[in-house]
Amino acid sequence: MSANVNTALPLEYQTEQNRLNILGFWVFLGAEIILFGTLFAVYSVLNARFAGGPTPKDLFEIKDVMIETILLLTSSFTCGLAIYEMRRNNKNGLLLWLIITLLLGAGFVFMEVNEFIHYVHEGATMQTSAWLSSFFTLLGTHGLHVSMGIGWATMVIIQIFQRGLTPVTARKTFIIGLYWHFLDVVWIFIFTFVYLQGMVR
Amino acid sequence: MEKHKNGFPVTHVLGFIMSLVLTFGALGVALKTSLPFTTIIWIIGSLAIIQAALQLYMFMHMNEGEDGTANTINVISGFLVAVVAVAGSIWVMSFGM
Amino acid sequence: MDINWHDLFIVGNPLILGSQIAILLSVIGIVALLTYLKRWKWLWREWLTTVDHKKIGIMYILAGVLMFFRGGVDGLMMKAQTSRPEMNFLDAQHYNEVFTTHGVIMILFAAMPLLIGIMNYVIPLQIGARDVAFPQLNALSFWLFFSGAMLFNISFVIGGSPDAGWAAYFPLAGKEFTPGIGNNYYAVAIQIAGIGTLISGINFIVTILKMRAKGMTLMKMPMFTWTSFIASVIIVSAFPIFTVALALMTLDRIFGTHFFTLSGGGMDMMWVNLFWLWGHPEVYIVVLPAFGMFSEVIATFSRKMLFGYKSMVFSVVGIALLSMLVWVHHFFTMGAGPAVNSVFSITTMMIAIPTGVKMFNWLFTMRKGRIEFSTAMLWALAFIPCFLIGGITGVMLAMSAADYQYHNTLFLVAHFHYTLIPGVVFAVFAGLYYWWPKMFGHMLNEKLGKIHFWLFTIGFNVTFMPMFFLGLDGAVRRSYTYSAESGFAPLFLVSAIGAVILALGFATFCYNIYWSARYADRNISNDPWNARTLEWATASPAPFYNFAKVPEVKTLDAFWYMKKHNEGLTLSDDEIKEIHMPSNSGLPFYMGIIFGITGFLLVFEWKLAALVAAVGIIIGLIIRSFDYNDGFHVTVDEIKETEKSWRSSDGKGVKNHVG
Ligand code: HEM
Ligand SMILES: [Cu+2]
Repeated sequence: MSANVNTALPLEYQTEQNRLNILGFWVFLGAEIILFGTLFAVYSVLNARFAGGPTPKDLFEIKDVMIETILLLTSSFTCGLAIYEMRRNNKNGLLLWLIITLLLGAGFVFMEVNEFIHYVHEGATMQTSAWLSSFFTLLGTHGLHVSMGIGWATMVIIQIFQRGLTPVTARKTFIIGLYWHFLDVVWIFIFTFVYLQGMVR
Repeated sequence: MEKHKNGFPVTHVLGFIMSLVLTFGALGVALKTSLPFTTIIWIIGSLAIIQAALQLYMFMHMNEGEDGTANTINVISGFLVAVVAVAGSIWVMSFGM
Repeated sequence: MDINWHDLFIVGNPLILGSQIAILLSVIGIVALLTYLKRWKWLWREWLTTVDHKKIGIMYILAGVLMFFRGGVDGLMMKAQTSRPEMNFLDAQHYNEVFTTHGVIMILFAAMPLLIGIMNYVIPLQIGARDVAFPQLNALSFWLFFSGAMLFNISFVIGGSPDAGWAAYFPLAGKEFTPGIGNNYYAVAIQIAGIGTLISGINFIVTILKMRAKGMTLMKMPMFTWTSFIASVIIVSAFPIFTVALALMTLDRIFGTHFFTLSGGGMDMMWVNLFWLWGHPEVYIVVLPAFGMFSEVIATFSRKMLFGYKSMVFSVVGIALLSMLVWVHHFFTMGAGPAVNSVFSITTMMIAIPTGVKMFNWLFTMRKGRIEFSTAMLWALAFIPCFLIGGITGVMLAMSAADYQYHNTLFLVAHFHYTLIPGVVFAVFAGLYYWWPKMFGHMLNEKLGKIHFWLFTIGFNVTFMPMFFLGLDGAVRRSYTYSAESGFAPLFLVSAIGAVILALGFATFCYNIYWSARYADRNISNDPWNARTLEWATASPAPFYNFAKVPEVKTLDAFWYMKKHNEGLTLSDDEIKEIHMPSNSGLPFYMGIIFGITGFLLVFEWKLAALVAAVGIIIGLIIRSFDYNDGFHVTVDEIKETEKSWRSSDGKGVKNHVG
């Protein structure tokens, strides 16, 4: 509400409304943790219910999974660099790293969609078994989040082009950054408890 | 929280390298060892949690700013609820067998 | 896309035909009235696009009262059907639909909005804030809730009501056993409203954490703010679970997946597990703000500080922690082993401890107080013994072995009505009588209030007390009829009579609203109850900017302190500064509509059309992203004008309110 500007802080923290938004987004991420936690709960319970359909060992390809993982991990890193440049007030650096981040993210989504299409061709659809229902839902929810993140970040990039770095655009960028890192954190758990676990079992 | 003036993004690079190490470490433990299944799950699960914490601190700066404590409490409690949901569901849906 | 037009309108039932006609007539009536009074612009400007937490709160309350009426009619229909053995008022299918919509509407579309509405109105005022942290999101919350509620409510005239109980257990709720679209309404409408609730939870957390008046530390917050804060934390912890559960239900029903089905390796009990992972915390979401309201009311009308403030806070936090750890007590009879059932028996019983602490705190607050028996206080007083009965029967149910006997009987139904009605409905009534002058600038009539109180509490006990005994005698819940030989008839009849008394009580309340709006004295003080918290420090009704000057807080019960020390009650002209306020927006309303349309298409399984409509949601988000309107400033002159109209010149600051 009130202006209450503190220029000693980085741009994204300067106004009171910005601080509110950032805290609010963290709380939202808390809810997201629980949302994904529930999907993991469902996945863990339905884990071995193949109903005569394919199993993880039949489907998973470690090479593709590793490529997806590296793409997303690297994008999280470049996203961190983008925010780092933003705090140095380097608009071009920010834009460069942000765009690289989104390209890596798009690569990830592309790989994942291909992976899904491949599974479907092998007769593993959402309707095949409880395990596959939960697999596609967990991964699909994550993939949808990443795709939404790409769209959202694109909006933010346009606004940076239009308005430059202001407290508002900086806050938006910072928040999309948090979101992006968070999706990488979720992926770490998918990588571990879906893919690795499935291949070891 | 600070406005970086210049320099090299040390924590970011460090965080990235550690993430890679942890990822490949988990991969190695899972696929290249012949430990029992539950042991593997505990090890790679712990590695995942460490890596998540790393991202939260080194990339997301969870504890910075005037609301750093609130953020941290929020994330930890969210995580605990998620653990209750996962562990509780697994246990209850096994009917306690 | 196979459009099943024949599903669209429900035909052939005289009751439903009557409602269809009634709905049509009232819609035409409202449209005509608005046009005749030339109020469309006013409606749009003042209400549909508002981001003012006070107006949003009032809209929530209005919607909640309407929904309470709808849910109450469902309750009365059930009571009519079971008033005599082998009645032929509702058939089995219709009875199933009625108890399902009754449960869903009462909890999600009546209790929740009534509480969130009061929270919306009161909390920013209590903490000395100008609005909530995200005013526009607040409006979005409301419109999503409203859109979900409307979608759910049209089910009984368009397409058919859900009929698998308010908990919609699988496999019954799945496509195999309930092939119609009724249960799609359940999955989709609640989802939309649930997103709104989740956003509200986030909004209140941030508001309470960051926007308190100077000097108001966490431990100086009013108790209602505290309990609402914790309820918001539970909302953020529990609603995502429900979001997922409902999404999976949607996938199972509409997209053929196998989460909860019997075939394909699905697990029906997983639904039950997820439902109650949310469902139990949900009961604390509704009861905690209510506890807070009782705390305010009891302290005010005992003229004493709340006893044991700290222990109250700790017990609320304790309840919140435990609330996430008890969900299995709703399905002890699933047949889990002794370890599971014992653990959840014990955690459940543990909740009685912090709840007991709160009970004693309220009693000790009243001890040696100068109790004033206002209507609001009467509700609080009646709450204590009634809720006690609910709580004690709850501990009985918590014993898993004994629960095999009580489960699915009317004993359980009586138990939870003894917690929900005193714990939520009494509280809402107490809160409305208490804060009505703050919201509308006039009191509710106390005499009518007392009639309302006595009818309602007596009716409530006469309705539900017999159900305990019926349940112990073996009367099962959700059963549309019983035989004459069962011997249940007398108690069922008593219970039905009670429901009529209860309904008369509610009718009195509605009449009271009408009477007071027309005839009540408008010349009341900003602090008619001699209350203790900050919301009473500003005008009644509160001006849109809430406080011309935000008071500084030194102690608990800040306004009481200000009055006792005669501090901060006056306002000199040079203390008035420009105030920054958020602008109205039509976007939340648009989002509510587009979510409603998308949901409706999804309910009818017109997937492609739903997808197209969903593009509208994306467009709304994009518009929001590019919206850089950051509000307007209220001029000093305008504030001066407004403040002069209610403040006295002699510095007392609590002159009678005019117009
Ligand atoms: C207005 C007075 C009320 C009456 C007369 C009433 C009556 C009833 C009756 C007769 C049943 C079903 C019994 C059966 O299983 O056949 C029922 C179920 C239920 N009621 Fe109420 N009730 C009232 C208020 C409330 C309130 C205020 C709430 C919640 C805030 C509530 C929540 C529920 C729930 C959740 C169910 C279970 C529905 C199901 O079985 O799926 N009721 N009520
Ligand atoms: Cu419960």
